[in-house]
Amino acid sequence: MASKTISPTRMELTRLKTRLKTARRGHKLLKDKRDELMRQFLEIVRRNRDLRARVDEGLSGANRALSVASAIMSSDMLEQALLYPRQRVELDMTFRNIMSVNVPVYEFKTQAVDPSDIYPYGFAQTSGELDDAIAAMSGVFSDMFELAQVEKTMQLLADEIEKTRRRVNALEYVMIPDMEKNIKYISMKLEENDRSTKVRLMKVKDMVLEQAHGYN
Amino acid sequence: MYKIAVMGGADTVLGFKALGLDTHPVSGDDEARRVFRKLANPEEKYAIIYMEERLSRVLAEEVAEFNDKTMPAVILIPGRDGSMGLGLTALHDAVIRAVGADIL
Repeated sequence: MASKTISPTRMELTRLKTRLKTARRGHKLLKDKRDELMRQFLEIVRRNRDLRARVDEGLSGANRALSVASAIMSSDMLEQALLYPRQRVELDMTFRNIMSVNVPVYEFKTQAVDPSDIYPYGFAQTSGELDDAIAAMSGVFSDMFELAQVEKTMQLLADEIEKTRRRVNALEYVMIPDMEKNIKYISMKLEENDRSTKVRLMKVKDMVLEQAHGYN
Repeated sequence: MYKIAVMGGADTVLGFKALGLDTHPVSGDDEARRVFRKLANPEEKYAIIYMEERLSRVLAEEVAEFNDKTMPAVILIPGRDGSMGLGLTALHDAVIRAVGADIL
């Protein structure tokens, strides 16, 4: 910051000193926040990776089974079989606070008559592979929800970490050094003023003494 | 009460219908864009949109818009042709944003 524009007064010095103190405190707090966010973030990243692998694998399996089913059955039949779902999914969203970041927590309820009876079709005219596909899909179902939750949380945390990191860096490398520089500038200027006043006084004293008594 | 959408190719979304999710089959880039815009609208109350990863190439910009928002969560899922590994891009992007480098 331009140290030229600040006025070297005691008032400004006091003001800057309090600001520096606040900035230092803020810096420490933000740094702690960043560290904690990072710890939570890495935990969530790890969890995300596991879930992603599980979901990818589960869905690939389901898709394979579905491909076989669609090869055996005609596409019209397949569509008809899946036209009216037996279960409905209801999703409730609440929020959890991680270091002042609001992350969603999903809670889902399935409205199925019987959890083992999710197949929306009769077995007579459909192939067994379709059953496998649906079973595989409902198997990864809860993992898919958790994946959504974890992935959203991860994105929101990443955003917050980025912001916090910028703030920490701005304080550490711009604000605090600037203020320190300004404080130094003001106190030097004030000391300089003191000295020049003192010298002037001494000079005046000498002159007055010489005038009054004729000695120096 | 919030809803869950699945969008992707017709054969990819088919299976999810049986699970009771709202499926939105799309074909063609323009349709995908239009459907996504509609689903992402907060008034539609879709909390999660599962998207076939093939579409994320086309809709990258639109999806990135919602990364910082709590709703909806856009999650990539493998399509009928098998996983292309794009699901992990969200993870790598987030890590790069947070840490500054891809440490994984």
